[in-house]
Amino acid sequence: MRAQSRASRVMVVVGAASALSLLAACAGGEGSPVGAGAADKKGTAADGSVVLELSQWWEPELPKGALRGIMDGFEQQNPGIKVKLISAPYASTQQQTVAGAASKTLADVVGLDGAWVNDLAKQKAVTDLTTLMKDAGYDDSQLASQIKVDGQTYMIPVVNFVYPMFTNDDLLAKAGVAKPPTTRSEFLAAAKAVSKTGNGNAGWILPLAQDAPNGIQNDVMSWVWASGGSMLKDGQPDVTNDSVKSAVSFVKDLYDAKAIAPGTLTMHEQDKVEQFTNGRVGMMIDSLAHITLIRENNPKLKFSISAIPAQDGYTGKRGMPYASWGIGVAENSKHKKEAWKLVQYLMSTDVNSKLSSVANAFPGNTKSVPDFVKSDAKFKTAFDIWNKGVPANEFTGLPTAEDLMRSFDEQLQQTLANNQPVDKSLADVQAAWAKKF
Amino acid sequence: MTATQIPTRAAPTQEAPRRRPLPLRRLVPYGYLSPVIVLMIVLMIVPVVVVIRYSFLDNVIMTPTSSLVGWHNYVTVLGDPLFRTAARNTAVFTSVSVAVHLLLGLAFAMLLNTTLLGQRTKTVFRTIFVMPWLLTVAIIAILWRLLLDPNGVVNYGLQGVGLIDTPVAWFSDLNLALPAVTFVNIWAGYPFFMVSLLAGLQGISADLYEAAAVDGASWLQRFVHVTLPSLRPIIVSMALLDLIWTSQQFPLIWMTTGGGPLDRTEMLSTYTYKLAFSKYEFAWASASAVVLLVLAMVLAVFYVRYQRARD
Repeated sequence: MRAQSRASRVMVVVGAASALSLLAACAGGEGSPVGAGAADKKGTAADGSVVLELSQWWEPELPKGALRGIMDGFEQQNPGIKVKLISAPYASTQQQTVAGAASKTLADVVGLDGAWVNDLAKQKAVTDLTTLMKDAGYDDSQLASQIKVDGQTYMIPVVNFVYPMFTNDDLLAKAGVAKPPTTRSEFLAAAKAVSKTGNGNAGWILPLAQDAPNGIQNDVMSWVWASGGSMLKDGQPDVTNDSVKSAVSFVKDLYDAKAIAPGTLTMHEQDKVEQFTNGRVGMMIDSLAHITLIRENNPKLKFSISAIPAQDGYTGKRGMPYASWGIGVAENSKHKKEAWKLVQYLMSTDVNSKLSSVANAFPGNTKSVPDFVKSDAKFKTAFDIWNKGVPANEFTGLPTAEDLMRSFDEQLQQTLANNQPVDKSLADVQAAWAKKF
Repeated sequence: MTATQIPTRAAPTQEAPRRRPLPLRRLVPYGYLSPVIVLMIVLMIVPVVVVIRYSFLDNVIMTPTSSLVGWHNYVTVLGDPLFRTAARNTAVFTSVSVAVHLLLGLAFAMLLNTTLLGQRTKTVFRTIFVMPWLLTVAIIAILWRLLLDPNGVVNYGLQGVGLIDTPVAWFSDLNLALPAVTFVNIWAGYPFFMVSLLAGLQGISADLYEAAAVDGASWLQRFVHVTLPSLRPIIVSMALLDLIWTSQQFPLIWMTTGGGPLDRTEMLSTYTYKLAFSKYEFAWASASAVVLLVLAMVLAVFYVRYQRARD
């Protein structure tokens, strides 16, 4: 009896202890995907060195060990600072960053997309880099671009993925198109001709899925920027202007001519790349980062890289859309000075060249030159186009940028599928966007 | 009636000390339960309470300070035409899915329970029929995206037999997207009904069918008056559970259509997600989530009541 009573008491203690440990584990887990280590002994390792956390989606997209190798180089240069990588796919990183910003548990150094910056800056989740640069005496003239909110820098693009036009040489030749189009009218004619070749071939491919509405930025607005147009005026929405109207009308013309691959309204970027790789699409606007993927999946595919066609008669500089792997420093970081050292290291000429080389991207430092530019003709062409044109991505730094794309997407779908007049769609977009600014 | 004499025990010469329950002893059951209780509080109660609290605040998460706004978020969400569209789509998607799950599940269960097929044939059928259940939602979504692609197998087959002239973009067509995504959900969910109903069918006594046959009942009469009443408890329980699960379906919709084209497959789950992670309107998203929670709780109450009545 006494033994049973003792056993019961032991069980109570064990049960309570396990309950408490569960509670502790759960409490410690809040925001853990982003900044779990931020709280462990205030980011200090057992040997007294500072542990910086870097949350990003880059590591899964780079060759195995590449980012860790770069971090090892930083640790060698900066004894007393260690870097802990917190890696997740893009969508998970975005959600964790939003949650981490809310709970003030962001990693010290945060991988950022330009579309998130405005909200994070207004939330005071990321710190003002202008001040950090000034305090460190950093010369920012070497930076290709900086993403600012209210005049202060909150994100620095580390590497840039440009979106030129890819053309399937064989398919274009089969359709009687001798060279990649350079104007919209040439593009329309080429897209129609390719679609007429049959076998399920399509002239152009346009992903408009609403769950990932970046097709608006990369595949639709790119037509506006390529002709020197803009969707903003004095930092405010201006989507009813002639340049946007003409680009949307152009897309509508392509849709009505059945020159766009079917399934566009729920299509994703990966579907676009897959169909081009399979040789069913004549032309697409896509990230240069996919060159390797296309080559690996279809080594026989002959394709070219060109600038996005402009409006007929346009002779100015062509805007080329790009997406960035950006970087910022969390406001809640206890080690902002060390965090800036890591940012500075990533933006240094040699490291930035190395990172852009392994990422197949263009550098964020104007003095850096990636290796592939020297060794690969297609990248060389793209680099030349990039250097001749102007980097263009007006969504970067806008409030709720993804939602702006989604509301544009909805109205564009109304125009394409329901024949809603372009003017009405753009007026509705303008009204929806105005509420966000 | 005679009085019964109750045998009495001889009084003990020395009264045994009365054992008073110690406070610790009374806590013993709670000690055993404490890990589960803590888990439920932390993982279920706390998040639900937090979301309910958020739904009455303004600008939660995105601003350091929030103020109480009463029912304003609920008025905003319930007044949003897109919410009503999402509610309508959810109702259609859920009711059709549950009804067809039930019909298909029952039909396949009866096929697997029939004496007309050999054991080996039934094993083959059972393996094939249960397969959708073995796949995760992500795999199902990818699989059907490929199958229903304009260049996919389904279009190829339909064109091959001359049913369609040009490829159909099933998930992108304004009129076909909701039926297509409902079809995929039906395909993914019927095996659960089938397995449960098969277990129920196997539990029905053969005597009942024999008695009905002796009375001259036809196959249909035996089905209506023996099979269905015997399966009724399982059917009602499964239908209620399926209603709750299907009304909250998110990953399948998100990974096939994302709520599009336009708002044709927008569900309450995708609507709520977009409010939170696209518009960053966490207070509105919380209000929408609470509405969804209330709907699920109504169904859950029916389910619990039904289970109690059965017991």
